[in-house]
Amino acid sequence: MVPLSYYLVLSGILFACGVTGFLIKRNIITIFMSIELMLNGVNLSFVAFAANWHALSGQVFVFFVMVVAAAEAAVGLAIIIAVYRTRETLNVDQVNLLKL
Amino acid sequence: MLHLTIFLIFGAICVAGAVNLLVQRHPINSALSLIVVMASLAVEYLLLGAEFVAAVQVIIYAGAIMVLFVFVIMLLNAGEEERTKGSRVAMIFGIPGMLVGSGLVAWVLLEHSGTHSVAAGALPGPPKTIAWLLFHEFLLPFEVTSVLVLIAIMGAVVLAGHPDSGGPAKKEG
Repeated sequence: MVPLSYYLVLSGILFACGVTGFLIKRNIITIFMSIELMLNGVNLSFVAFAANWHALSGQVFVFFVMVVAAAEAAVGLAIIIAVYRTRETLNVDQVNLLKL
Repeated sequence: MLHLTIFLIFGAICVAGAVNLLVQRHPINSALSLIVVMASLAVEYLLLGAEFVAAVQVIIYAGAIMVLFVFVIMLLNAGEEERTKGSRVAMIFGIPGMLVGSGLVAWVLLEHSGTHSVAAGALPGPPKTIAWLLFHEFLLPFEVTSVLVLIAIMGAVVLAGHPDSGGPAKKEG
C-alpha cells in the first residue's frame, strides 16, 4: 500500500525538474525534452488519481495526453529543423527574432 | 511492504534520471536519461494496475517519441551546449525560492492528503476496458485526436520537408 501523496510528490518532483530544465537549459532540443518530462509528471498524477477514485477515465486521458505529446513532438522537431536550417545554431540565446 | 519498496526504488531511479537530464550538457545524454525516466514511470503505472498505459508509455514515449528526438539530435549534429551567464538575482533568490516552494508543496501534500493509500494494481486498466471506453464514452475526442495527428503529420512534412517544395528556407540542410 503506497499512500496517494507519494505518487503526487513524485509527479511534482518530475514536473519541477521539467520546469527547471525549461528555464536553465540553453539547447532548444533539451528544452523540448523538459516539456516532455513535465507531461510525464502530469500523466503520473492522472493515473494515481484514477486508481484512487476508481475512475478509468483518468487512464483514457493519459492516452489523449500521449497523443497530443506525440503530435507536439513531431511538429516541434520539424520547427527545430527549420530553425537550424536558417540559423545554423541550436542555442536559444541566438534565436531572438520571430522571423525565420 | 514489497509494493512500497518497488515504488521507492523506481521512484528514485525516476528522480535520478530527471536530475541527470538537467545536469548533462550533451543533448544525447539528456535524451537517454529521459528514456530512463519514462521506463521507470512505466513500472510505476504497472504498480497502479494501468497495464495499457504502461505498455503505451514504453511503446510510444520511450520508443517512438524518443527515437524521433535521437534522430533529430544526430541529424543536426548537436554538440555540447554553451553555458551562458544567467542573472545573479536568479541564482540568489531563484534556487532557494524554488527549494522552499517545493518543500512547502511536498509538506502540504504529505500532511493534508488524508490516509488514502493505493493498493498494488488498484485499478486494472486492461486494453479491452480502455478500448470500450474509447469507442463509447470518448468516441468524439478519439476521432478528434485522429484529425489532430493527421494535421501534425502534414505540418511536420511541410516544415521539415525539402526547401524547394515551397518552404520558406532557401539553404540546403
